[in-house]
Amino acid sequence: MDFDLSADQKLFRSTTRSFLQKEATLEKIRELSDAGGGFDRDWWTRAGELGWVAMLVPEELGGGSVSGEGVRDLTIVAEELGRLVAPGAFLATNVVIAGLVEASGDGPDHSEAIEALMSAEAIGTWAVYDEGAGWDPLSPKVTAKEAQGSYVIDGVKDRVELADQADYVLVTAATDQGPTQFLVPTSATGLGIDLSWSLDMVRHFARVSFDSVEVPASAVVGQVGGAADLIERQLQIAAVLQCAETCGALEAVFEFTTQWAFDRFSFGRPLASYQALKHRFADMKMWLEACQATTSAAAHAVQDRSEDAAELVSVAKSYVGSKSLVIIQDCVQMHGGLGVTWEHDLHLFLRRATVNQAFYGTPEDHRRRIADLIAL
Amino acid sequence: MTDTITTGEITESVEDFRLRARAWLADNMPKVDPNFKPPPPGDDDAEWQRTRELQKMLHAGGFAGIHFPKEYGGLGLSPEHQAAFTEESDGYQMPLLLNVPTFSICAPTILDMGSEEQKRERLSAAIRGDEIFVQFLSEPSGGSDLAGLITRADRDGDTWVLNGAKTWSTSAYAADWALCLARTDWDAPKHRGLTMFLIRTDSPGIDMRRIRQVNGSTEFCGEFFDDVVLPADAVVGEVNNGWAVASRQLFHERTAVGGGSPFTSGRGNGRGATPRTKLADVARLAGRAGDPTVRAMVGEHRAMERVQEQLIARVTEGIKTEAMPPPAASLMRLFHAEADWMREDMAISIGGPFVVAGTDSEPGLGGRAGINYLMRQGASLGGGSSEMSRNIISERILGMPREFAADRDMPFSQVKRGPS
Repeated sequence: MDFDLSADQKLFRSTTRSFLQKEATLEKIRELSDAGGGFDRDWWTRAGELGWVAMLVPEELGGGSVSGEGVRDLTIVAEELGRLVAPGAFLATNVVIAGLVEASGDGPDHSEAIEALMSAEAIGTWAVYDEGAGWDPLSPKVTAKEAQGSYVIDGVKDRVELADQADYVLVTAATDQGPTQFLVPTSATGLGIDLSWSLDMVRHFARVSFDSVEVPASAVVGQVGGAADLIERQLQIAAVLQCAETCGALEAVFEFTTQWAFDRFSFGRPLASYQALKHRFADMKMWLEACQATTSAAAHAVQDRSEDAAELVSVAKSYVGSKSLVIIQDCVQMHGGLGVTWEHDLHLFLRRATVNQAFYGTPEDHRRRIADLIAL
Repeated sequence: MTDTITTGEITESVEDFRLRARAWLADNMPKVDPNFKPPPPGDDDAEWQRTRELQKMLHAGGFAGIHFPKEYGGLGLSPEHQAAFTEESDGYQMPLLLNVPTFSICAPTILDMGSEEQKRERLSAAIRGDEIFVQFLSEPSGGSDLAGLITRADRDGDTWVLNGAKTWSTSAYAADWALCLARTDWDAPKHRGLTMFLIRTDSPGIDMRRIRQVNGSTEFCGEFFDDVVLPADAVVGEVNNGWAVASRQLFHERTAVGGGSPFTSGRGNGRGATPRTKLADVARLAGRAGDPTVRAMVGEHRAMERVQEQLIARVTEGIKTEAMPPPAASLMRLFHAEADWMREDMAISIGGPFVVAGTDSEPGLGGRAGINYLMRQGASLGGGSSEMSRNIISERILGMPREFAADRDMPFSQVKRGPS
């Protein structure tokens, strides 16, 4: 959590928190999971009314944020979602919106889609991982071939977040002119969606196949062959929101684990009185504060479009990605056997953090990207 | 305790003071030579001489001791005046070596706790550039347990006789006076039998030796006291209330380390340091810059450095706005150690044989990385150990129970100090 939130941002945080505490409790997550995951579309529309997907959209396109700093406002929502490992299309839709807004005025008009997405009537998701491939967004294997003013898309993307519930996929494809992004309705002929297994309780992933899916040239986002800058923007937004969500999860886990250390007695004394454990809590506290510091710095840099935004995003993504797992696993250890039971909530958080660190580049991918950026 | 007092006079505004300082600096102070590199600590006698000269120049110009009270030789101006002078002094040679510990730690402690005479004489002499101060706190018999010290001062008529040993005194070889904490009552519990003394570092009976560290630095000293006779007026504060003085001293030390002292003039502490190992250079030296594993390591360490800056900014802001309690400073302290460990460990991992044996008669880039590795634990030890930081974080931030202390409320003479 940032120390310098404005009064409006604090109010927004508490509105977001009370909505989630009422509508997305951990019990609810378990119920949703038992019912197959995902979430209720009416619920998502009501969440959208709180502004969760309008913050990156400029006012002239009908959007708006709490503070005028949309990226930072979104991190407030992300943290609150993380505290309750909530469901929803927050990350997926905001990433698509980031790409569409970035491209607006440069290429075909997508304002109708933006309007549907930002009102939470429609859900969007980024289809970026090629079937069986690692994180390499600039070398897509799905192809788009131009034919008489339209494009024909072929190939398979997998690990596409919420594709089963999405109305639009933003697909990154190879054209003769280079990587290009297309906004494709999931209702398009030849587009197939198969739900796949996910470690997360409610966050679905799916395989999306394109079997000669024909889209008009107006489906292009930005310029043909000009996807690189859009992909960078989408990555930056995705990574900052993931980090903020993970920070929220870490805060929640660290709070209840610290409380546990005071309440649980062994050999007649609380766990919190053992130096061997106190020292581990001290390390965890330090890592947690460091995760928050780097997430906040990355959010500011992306918000301000600082020169070093790409580096700071990879710094946060790699640091939070790996340290979050160290912290949560140590919290599992502090709970003893309880920590690995289905009944305890720890695994809900561990699942979300593990998913977050893996997508849009692993910590190691981002460390190599930092090495590239510092010209090693 | 250190509020500026101006009675019956109109204080010059910060802006007027700044303009006057700007003009004076331009006319009187030499510019920093851009090619100048400070010599390694311990090998810097000429620098200390130069420092005294620069302080005398500031004093002659009426710009020394800006935030110290007038009656003790200062200008009696506000921290904002001092900050303005520091900003204007950028690019000029300044007596930065006096910033820590003389002006930021020792002088404010004397100002808070010293006698009228100590304040008048010592503070004005330091401000004139005639005297340099040092702290005699740590002892060879114990590091983290400062209040468990065993250097003794025994009354002998009107005087005190000092025996024992101190260690880790920074640049003591260059100092004239020391704040020395000693035990004066062995029947009181440990915190209540201590007295602070202000002693001349060249007093008969003091044997000062350089400590040579594994990287060759001789910045720190150790002192042995053999019947050193101290006059009654060497006591700072009350007899047996030395812990109160030491607490102020530690407060000023933390403030200084955090960069928040209103008594320092000019930016930095003027100390050269052994250059840190740069992992990208080690990777190139070892011919491994293209190795994906090595690239990930270099990227990970770069991330660690950035996160360290970001954590410092967050904690500093948190303490300033009271969103975090002051002991949160230990978070920065502990992270610093972790970041240093990562750097040194990766250096030897990436460098392999290139950091342990040279191809030349000099250590070179690889050899310097190897020598730095020998000092890997430095950041986990200096200014309190990492283990003490973890105690502070868990107890004073997370509120966990304090460690058991076998010596609590026990007469110090009965406290066990060894296995038998």
